[in-house]
Amino acid sequence: MDKNKLLTKKPQKSPYHPSTGTLDWLKKNLFSSWLNTILTFVFATIITFIGIGSVKWIFLTANWHVISANFRLLIVGQYPIAELWRVWICLTLVSFLIGLSWGLWKGTMGHLTIAVTSMYFIVGCLPFILMETRIWLLINIAVIGATYAVGKKWSKLKKSTLIGWFLMFPITIFLLNGFGVLNHVGSNLWGGFLLTLLIAIVAIVFSFPIGLLLALGRRSKLPIVRWFSIGYIELIRGVPLITILFVAQLMLPLFLGNGIDIDNVFRAMVGFTLFTAAYLAENIRGGLQSIPRGQFEAAEALGLNTTIKMTFIILPQALRAVIPAMVGSFIGIFKDTSLVAIVGLTDLLGMGKNIISNPEFLGTQMEVFIFVALVFLIFCNLMSYASRRIEQSLGVGKR
Amino acid sequence: MRRRLIALLSFLLVFSVVLAGCSEKEAKVTKSRLEVIKERGKVVGGVNADIPGFGYVESDGSYSGMDVDITKAIAAAVFGDATAVEFRPLSAEERFIAVQTGEVDVLARNTTLTTSRDASVGLAFAPVTFYDGQGMIVRKDSGIESLEDLEGARISVESGTTTELNLADQMRKLGISYEPVVFDSQDAAVAAYEQGSVDAYTTDRSALVSRRTTLSVPDDHVILSEVISKEPLAPSVKDGDSKWQGVVTWTVYTLIQAEEYGITQDNVDTFLDSEDPEIRRFLGVEGDLGEQLGLPKDFAVQVIKAVGNYGEVYNRHLGPDTIFDLERGLNSLWTEGGLHYSPPFR
Repeated sequence: MDKNKLLTKKPQKSPYHPSTGTLDWLKKNLFSSWLNTILTFVFATIITFIGIGSVKWIFLTANWHVISANFRLLIVGQYPIAELWRVWICLTLVSFLIGLSWGLWKGTMGHLTIAVTSMYFIVGCLPFILMETRIWLLINIAVIGATYAVGKKWSKLKKSTLIGWFLMFPITIFLLNGFGVLNHVGSNLWGGFLLTLLIAIVAIVFSFPIGLLLALGRRSKLPIVRWFSIGYIELIRGVPLITILFVAQLMLPLFLGNGIDIDNVFRAMVGFTLFTAAYLAENIRGGLQSIPRGQFEAAEALGLNTTIKMTFIILPQALRAVIPAMVGSFIGIFKDTSLVAIVGLTDLLGMGKNIISNPEFLGTQMEVFIFVALVFLIFCNLMSYASRRIEQSLGVGKR
Repeated sequence: MRRRLIALLSFLLVFSVVLAGCSEKEAKVTKSRLEVIKERGKVVGGVNADIPGFGYVESDGSYSGMDVDITKAIAAAVFGDATAVEFRPLSAEERFIAVQTGEVDVLARNTTLTTSRDASVGLAFAPVTFYDGQGMIVRKDSGIESLEDLEGARISVESGTTTELNLADQMRKLGISYEPVVFDSQDAAVAAYEQGSVDAYTTDRSALVSRRTTLSVPDDHVILSEVISKEPLAPSVKDGDSKWQGVVTWTVYTLIQAEEYGITQDNVDTFLDSEDPEIRRFLGVEGDLGEQLGLPKDFAVQVIKAVGNYGEVYNRHLGPDTIFDLERGLNSLWTEGGLHYSPPFR
């Protein structure tokens, strides 16, 4: 009887009632208690003040003319105007490869391509951009579209596209410098974001093999190789990057004597590469240590020699495990490139510092530094987004 | 264990051979910087890329400023071509090392001539190109009219500069207690002053004048008339190369002498057939002053054609037509009560 009564009783309202409207959400998240209500009002006031101040500054006070008048300087530095087409060709080649990769691999590449294309589009729409620049940007967008179609159709192009990416780097350096075939443009004229990007790419591309060798060297059974690797890694990791840059920029010429003259951009690139390599080596070593002994023993039991064992069994697993750590290093190095402004190179930040000293633009440091920060923000976010997608597609953390 | 030892020894052997190779190379180089520059085909000038009026980058990417013009004048003296110059922007920290190592041939970067820099840093200075002095800017409504009024004030200053040391010296001498607020850049120090978190800001007077124009209401601020220190700014080269130092020195004197003679960029050609023997010698129409310096005969003509005389250089970057409108003052010729004076060209 009691039991029956219990069953026939109207079912109680479930304690969980999903909120439906905005009001519910507000009540639950912002005004759930009197303490929260006070906090909400306090912070709303602060945010409003900051918001109004920022908007006022951005639209009324700030003198954005400093950016528009010096846009070229900020992006490519003092690269001669007559030779700018070379930079454009490099960019077009990159667009070509991006488009192809999008067509071939889809997925992650698609998101990145859209990001790049919209960046071209936004820059092209800026009111102060020269007609010539607009045409080049338009060509770039068209190239991306065309090569996407090509890549989608011919999936056999994967290998050649990868080779293309690897060739891209020497081609860029060749085009930018000229090396006697084209007019020589010394690296003292490479500046702005172009220099930032070049230093970062050189450091990333070249530090990877060096770091890999150092990581393997540190685990080697050969004493000299092991000592050297340990010594190198600990030495570099024990000093700040800026001291390495100072050594590269200032002490190296002192050691080399008067006869030898090494380009100072090249020295900065070498400094960055050596620095990144040491950190990368430790990242990769972490990956190597995470591989269970069984994998090594199994490979040895199959009679594989060390090279094959490493390239096909150990490294693929080890590297996959440390992608997040490596990308973290890469993003770090990309931002660290701004340190070259201290040793007198005119990267994006260095150029910004020079521009605000132009009597015409005195007192515009806020505008310039905000622009510089924005550029770094966009590119660092693109990098970390790409790495997240690569992790997902490789199944890091799932397998 | 023995294998390790052998390995270590062989490593040391290789290393020492490499080192020996290096030192041999160094011993060989003794020729003057001037020869090196002539072979290279351009002068490498260490400049400042971020001091308004003295060295900065124009929107078209070219360097401009008073120090930049001095460097161009040197290139014009050597090659007869003011564009035969490569500018190397230098930070305050690296400037001296860059000269010592030969990274740059000449340093024209707002460098104050001091005893220790001449003696122990290993620089050799050319004549002063700009007589600066440290000054102090305060708000008009603060009622501060002299350094004595700064008792207990907060003063913002750039760290690591002679400015910071001069301020401390001067205030100690006057027995004034104050609170230094140190920043690592001029921009930050000025920003703190403008926001009112400090009462005064001190730096070289030339910089104060330019900074004052960027404050939101320049007329609310006043630069105290007292000069805290002497800051003679001069180009410098590496010590121990008198030939190259001579070229730089006499290029600077050329600028000053040209103003004294009234020779300008525009009228220099009309002076070529002047009867005055002094001017004829100066412009290389007569005599061999150029050859003695290791320069072309007409180096003075080239210098003047390239950048003009000292007054023209000054007015172009700091004069009444610029936003700085800085009075010549000490930087006038000796004939007009200033300090610029060139020894005779003969």
